[in-house]
Amino acid sequence: MPEQIYNHYNDIVAALLFVIGFSNLLFQKNLIKKIIGLNIMDVAIYLLLASQGYISGRLAPILTDGIENAATYINPIPSGLVLTGIVVSVSVTALMLSMTIRLYRKYKTLDLDEILIKVRQDRNK
Amino acid sequence: MDFIMNFPFFSIMICMLAALSTFMLGRKAAAWVAKGALFITLILSIVLTAWLHASGESFVYMMGHFPAPWGNEIRAGELEGVMAIFTSVIALLSIVSGRFSIRTGIDDTKQNLYYLITCLMEASLLALIYTNDIFTGYVFIEINTIAGCGLIMIKNTGRAVAAAVRYMVVSLVGSGLFLIGTTLLYSVTGHLLMQNINASVACLAADGSYKVTLTVITALMTVGLSIKSGLFPFHLWIPDAYAISVMPSSAMLSGMVSKGYIFLLIKLIYRVIGFDVFESTGVFDLIFIAGIAAMIMGSVAAIRSGYLRRMTAYSSVSQIGYIFMGIGIANNAGVVAAIFHIITHGLTKSLLFMTAESFTAGKEDIEVGDLKGLGHKHPVSAAAFTAAALSIVGFPLFAGFIAKMLLANASFTEGWRMYVAIGAIAVSTILNVVYFFRCIINLYGFGGFDGAKDDSDTETSITVQSEESSSAYHRNGVYVSAQSDCDAAPTRCEKSVHGICAIILAVINLYIGVAPKLLTAILTKGLNVFN
Amino acid sequence: MEKINFNEKKKLYILFRITGAILVIMLAASLIMCMLDLPGLFSPEHPGENVVAERYIESGIEETGAVNFVAGMILDYRAFDTFGESNVLFAATICVMVLLLVQNPDSKKSSSKSYYDELKDEKEIEPRLVKNDVILKTIAKFAVPFILMFGVYVILNGHLSPGGGFSGGAIVGSGFILASVAFGFDKMERFLNKKSAGIITFVSLMIYCLAKSYSFFTGANHLESGIPLGTPGDILSSGLILILNICVGLVVACTMYSFFSLMRRGKI
Repeated sequence: MPEQIYNHYNDIVAALLFVIGFSNLLFQKNLIKKIIGLNIMDVAIYLLLASQGYISGRLAPILTDGIENAATYINPIPSGLVLTGIVVSVSVTALMLSMTIRLYRKYKTLDLDEILIKVRQDRNK
Repeated sequence: MDFIMNFPFFSIMICMLAALSTFMLGRKAAAWVAKGALFITLILSIVLTAWLHASGESFVYMMGHFPAPWGNEIRAGELEGVMAIFTSVIALLSIVSGRFSIRTGIDDTKQNLYYLITCLMEASLLALIYTNDIFTGYVFIEINTIAGCGLIMIKNTGRAVAAAVRYMVVSLVGSGLFLIGTTLLYSVTGHLLMQNINASVACLAADGSYKVTLTVITALMTVGLSIKSGLFPFHLWIPDAYAISVMPSSAMLSGMVSKGYIFLLIKLIYRVIGFDVFESTGVFDLIFIAGIAAMIMGSVAAIRSGYLRRMTAYSSVSQIGYIFMGIGIANNAGVVAAIFHIITHGLTKSLLFMTAESFTAGKEDIEVGDLKGLGHKHPVSAAAFTAAALSIVGFPLFAGFIAKMLLANASFTEGWRMYVAIGAIAVSTILNVVYFFRCIINLYGFGGFDGAKDDSDTETSITVQSEESSSAYHRNGVYVSAQSDCDAAPTRCEKSVHGICAIILAVINLYIGVAPKLLTAILTKGLNVFN
Repeated sequence: MEKINFNEKKKLYILFRITGAILVIMLAASLIMCMLDLPGLFSPEHPGENVVAERYIESGIEETGAVNFVAGMILDYRAFDTFGESNVLFAATICVMVLLLVQNPDSKKSSSKSYYDELKDEKEIEPRLVKNDVILKTIAKFAVPFILMFGVYVILNGHLSPGGGFSGGAIVGSGFILASVAFGFDKMERFLNKKSAGIITFVSLMIYCLAKSYSFFTGANHLESGIPLGTPGDILSSGLILILNICVGLVVACTMYSFFSLMRRGKI
């Protein structure tokens, strides 16, 4: 078991980071902390992808010295997926941040529960 | 290769191009471009489905110069064709009939952005439906999420943005789970394309290796997709999001957006994990129980909320429960019933939101008690509302009845699931009757609750109204001209277009209810060639 | 729902927290079990090391012309994903514009009017800029040209070296942001305003969409695309990849700047 854990330390760290980000995104009341949780969650997935794609002793997937042999380079697919994932996470983060700005300007608080209480008061008015 | 095989690709790209060009156009031109693109998509999908139904096959289409495991691919079969028709019908009718709502609810300078978001939404849904690659699925899920957020918060009031934030948080949790599931699936199979994953998962399952991992992956992806479609414990964002946004948004969100994820889940079951492996993980039980809970709890919440649009939104929760219950029955008939219910629920729920608009009269929401007598004021809307309500309740002659019957039929062979499913359908139907008939009684201004009498009355009124649709529309026009001095009231043209759209949806609903053979045949055949 | 009194709500809330904690612990346990089961870390026996990765590397140069295999993969083999990804960014830009773009205060709609009033309350529609900050201005004068140049280099060499449209575009965008902070938004507005940013985004995405549509269409119908791949290793090589990188770079640069500008002062 300890050896197995040592063999998978990257993956386990990624899993822990994912859970930390996940619970922050779900259970934090503060919107900014929620967004930080979202980013931790995404980064955990990229860490998992990157460590799954890396193979010790191989080169980055860019042609070096004219060698065109698959055993020389690491797998390019996880790198490509990480690139795509980063763009998605940037867009979502920007959108969440601008919604936070908008809500802060209106309700002068970042606490989602307070915002929802104020929204309900608005409705009952 | 036939030219017709390009149609799925054309419909995705036409929606994308329309989305791009509305960015630079004014609001009127943008509206026409969006409607035109959706109409072309509808025609292409109909032609494609007819062709596929005649030939009875399915095909894959390379997106680029590289074949199967290297490039991206899309796949089209009858199921995909039917889903494409369904989404484009709802999107088209929603934005056509929602002109008044868009005009009054959204800033003049931002109206073209609304059409843009609609086109983007349709493109992403089409891509979700047609995709044959799990990572493409993820990317388009994200477009769908962001566009859905845009649809909710387009009014740009504090309440709308707060509802959108709640929606986004829940959706992002869902997409995080889906993405990590995809990553793990790639790690154990080494593929992203659906049929390759399916082949290697079958090998792994036969070896007996990665048993835990496969179970966890299946659970993660299923839970992610069901969170995004608003299954019961994660439904808290639904009422706010559907009740606050402008009418076309509610119609589209409830009608088709959440359904895209469910269709992807069905794809996941059949084309990625494989039905047998999926069944051996026991995730079907999870879906089944959550679906049952949603059916009951959604209806209870709908009864407790006294507002029309909120009630309709809660009713969506319970109907999504029906769909998940159908998938959870875990046989082909159950999945066919679930897809049938996806379509009927999409058509009826968008019709309900569409007609609710004319009762709310510019306000955000209306108490059910205030509906009193509005049925005589808006005859077309009231008739269409009654038709939709009867369909959701499961009244014979309407599509909802067939859906419930298919669901019940599918559960007959499944032991304990049969008793639970039929019991839940019965309880949920009674609850549905309670809250929808409350609305109908109020609409037509009847006195106390008298179940039997009310039944026959509403039925006669609906048959009369929908058969004489054209005369009802004339009456409606006359009524509007008397009222048009009010500033916030819809113009005569808007009102008649709205009425026509409602009637079209009601007629489709009746047609499916009276002659369900064609649709069920297409769905059954489509599911047979699905894997 | 409103009838529940405060105590009951608190009880519900505690119940919610406890259920949440249990669910999260279950999630963590199952994920870690799953991870222990995965193929060994950094070992060449990974299932991903199959025909797919092999072809991307061994035939990548003949088929795409890109020396950077990742660029070849995301912009040619799996271009539909990447097309979707740029649309995610576009959708996010549109949503941010809907949220934060300040409208004409004369508009009749109540929603936009109330938003304008909220902003006026804050007295920050045009935020105070650090007008006389010598250090910032001097450093920006030196740094901005180099940042922009580096960004353009990363975009143009996307098919030859690490980088590409997105990373280069983000660098260029950060150069714009630095310039606007140091020299003021009005100076930036001379060449990057709502109109020009809109046109740049529109034209780039349109070229992207049409070019990729052409390539998908010819590919699926087994036609020759007729796009020359050039000599691998040259700047002018690898067919569409260079053009697509430039388009993505322009879009991303405008998007980054407009995110900042919209969040800071409500207009581009």
